[in-house]
Amino acid sequence: MAEAESAVTIDIHGLHGLVELLGREGYTVLGPTLRGGAVVPGRLTSVDDLPRGWGDTQEPGSYALRRRDDQALFGYAADAISWKSVLFPSRELIWKGGRTPDGSFSVQAGETPGDLGEPPYAILGIRSCDLHAVAIHDRVLRERSHPDLRYEARRKDAFLITVSCSDPSGTCFCVSMGTGPRADSGYDLALTELLGEEHTFLAHAGTERGAGVLAQIPSRPADSGAVRRADEVVERSTQQMGRSMDTTDIRTLLYENVDHPRWEDVASRCLSCGNCTMVCPTCFCTSVEEHTTLARDRTEHWRIWDSCFTSDFSYLHGGSVRSSAKSRYRQWMTHKLASWIDQFGTSGCVGCGRCLTWCPVGIDITEEVAAIRADPQPPTEHGGSR
Amino acid sequence: MRSIQDLLSEHPFFAGLDDDMVSLLVGCATNVHYRTGEYLFHEGEPADRLFVVRRGRVALDVHMPGQPERVVDTVDEGAVVGWSWLVPPYRWFFDARAVQEVSAVAMDASCLRAKCDEDPAVGYALMQRVAGVMYHRLQSARVRLLDLYGADRAG
Amino acid sequence: MQAEANAPAAAPDALLPRPFRVVATWRETRDTMTFELEPLDGDGLPFAAGQFTMLQVFGAGEVPISISGDPGRPDRLVHTIRDVGGVTRALCEAREGDVLGVRGSYGRGWGVSEGAGGDIVIVAGGIGLAPLRPAVLETVAARHRFRRVHLLYGARTEEDLLFRADLDAWSGLGVEVAVTVDRAATTWTGRVGLVTELLRDAPFDAARTLALVCGPELMMRYVAAELISLGVAADRVRLSIERNMRCGVGLCGHCQLREYLLCVDGPVLPLDAVRSHLAVREL
Repeated sequence: MAEAESAVTIDIHGLHGLVELLGREGYTVLGPTLRGGAVVPGRLTSVDDLPRGWGDTQEPGSYALRRRDDQALFGYAADAISWKSVLFPSRELIWKGGRTPDGSFSVQAGETPGDLGEPPYAILGIRSCDLHAVAIHDRVLRERSHPDLRYEARRKDAFLITVSCSDPSGTCFCVSMGTGPRADSGYDLALTELLGEEHTFLAHAGTERGAGVLAQIPSRPADSGAVRRADEVVERSTQQMGRSMDTTDIRTLLYENVDHPRWEDVASRCLSCGNCTMVCPTCFCTSVEEHTTLARDRTEHWRIWDSCFTSDFSYLHGGSVRSSAKSRYRQWMTHKLASWIDQFGTSGCVGCGRCLTWCPVGIDITEEVAAIRADPQPPTEHGGSR
Repeated sequence: MRSIQDLLSEHPFFAGLDDDMVSLLVGCATNVHYRTGEYLFHEGEPADRLFVVRRGRVALDVHMPGQPERVVDTVDEGAVVGWSWLVPPYRWFFDARAVQEVSAVAMDASCLRAKCDEDPAVGYALMQRVAGVMYHRLQSARVRLLDLYGADRAG
Repeated sequence: MQAEANAPAAAPDALLPRPFRVVATWRETRDTMTFELEPLDGDGLPFAAGQFTMLQVFGAGEVPISISGDPGRPDRLVHTIRDVGGVTRALCEAREGDVLGVRGSYGRGWGVSEGAGGDIVIVAGGIGLAPLRPAVLETVAARHRFRRVHLLYGARTEEDLLFRADLDAWSGLGVEVAVTVDRAATTWTGRVGLVTELLRDAPFDAARTLALVCGPELMMRYVAAELISLGVAADRVRLSIERNMRCGVGLCGHCQLREYLLCVDGPVLPLDAVRSHLAVREL
């Protein structure tokens, strides 16, 4: 529910002002942009860099931009790669160093420039699903006995402006996951785009910092009509989900169906390409690469994204624990929807639908869960696998 | 000096057998003793006895040309050696050597087989126990065949 | 999920290696070396029996290696490493004076003290004796706190036995040591057979036993089954489980055994927590 008392309405001019203000305050302003036939995170020098008038069509295994018949700035669904690519980039130099004359070595922590500029970042247009993904990454990468200092550095001062979804895609299922289409926390500012006679945005702050920024933007108090229209946008989006997933007892369902024939079935389709793990906003697995001189006197220790679908992800003395595609698909899906709950207290899935859209063979995890739920095959009474 | 009846009754292999059955089997039994290094039997010889080991350690050996002699199994006190007497052609498969001084009760195979033929209850009781020994030995052998500690496994 | 225990005061950046100099080396077997290491910064490395470090040859990569030294002597870091290629090969070539990189100590250890007042049954297979050596040393250092202490150790052959001098010494310090090998030359006068067979002949009070098991996973499953059939409770049998590890601090995701991250929730886990996991192929 929009906080009707503190909500204001701003127009495009006000949005321009917001972007300029954040730039002046030292933020690197980022937002959805068009590149290579898709909506991807990019640098915003002004509101004109947003994909005005563009929408998208997403189904399992397909993504296409389409021209809208209006001037919506945020008229598309999940972008292609998510803000993970900014806050938790795919390559980070962890340390570099060299041998010292006494036979020892000295190392210095590494720094990696961001592809889109340096923190602090202001992200205009992060969706509710992706906000939940950031909160999940906060839990996974910060609230640990050995937190990820580099994620912390990029994320800690991030100014987040969420936008309610007005046009979910065929692969969206945030409603099932309780992660959208409108965010209720975790943002500095929240906007809902209102198209009509005027192109305005219902806006309210989620933090004091957000309120301070909002106060400097030309706005007028939101009337009840604007609040109602914003609620209608959200309600329409809620009804328009492309997919749904029944998450009732999903942890038990997946833990108990470890030998379900459906795993063989999905394995016969899965290419183990790992696209899903790359576009998923919560996947966090990494590996390391040593970049060393031939004499091994200087080295760089890099961290890179990894995927549990790779054949040597689980390598152990001469072979991989999970050598079959079936076991790797089962690992990914069970981790995402079930084990994550035990590890971090929430589901790992935010219902953004990217894994459906970007799967080359169109595997749909909502369908996979439904298939297992429809015909559960828990282990036999005396236990053991079959 | 304890009687063979007592020695057999106390031995784990005969645990659960009632005194009547034990005394039936005593008729097949004699005390035997081996010094360190002495052989109880050799590969290929007629398998004519079951050895109920009371004290000491017996090693089952194989020898091959060009390779050091190997021990494939050891049997300690409380266990039994030999079941080739149960299955034709009744010939020993390995050598059996006393690693330490061995005291055992040797039970004559044809005597045992005759008792089993006469009284199926005795036969069944003996077979159950032999099957138990084989069960554990087979598991042990199969798992050792996997060479779990071998070169490509770090642990 | 329990809070991540056993983490030492975190270094400012847990991913930066500390230099440690090799001060002594021993060849244990044809493919296994033991190294004693000393930190160049002089601060020592406190650890609990069962923990590991991420050990590296500078520029050649890192591997998780269990600490095999005495928890009562954190000034000396001891590692026993088997050459299975790659980084372990480079590590096994280290000489006195070489400097290796260390991160750690990491992981949940054996919790030996939780067996105080009862019997401790330690079952090791192959290189699995290395992560258990600190546990044996811990019982020896406080021998009066435990009733019977058994060490049951299985190796491939006599030539593959680790810590031979220790095995003899421990027998004299109140540890009932039983050794078996998979096969032997006829000069071997000890037992030949599987380490599970040693369990049946080791007298212990199952109701008051803490069992610590380490070795190839199949061996651990069989030993665990035998311990259960002998009456030890599943939550009093602890296994050290191994999976691929890249960061050692719970962030890279590689070492997962379903919900457990073995570098922080393990590598030591109680049997009741993992018995069903170990039964599933390719979990």
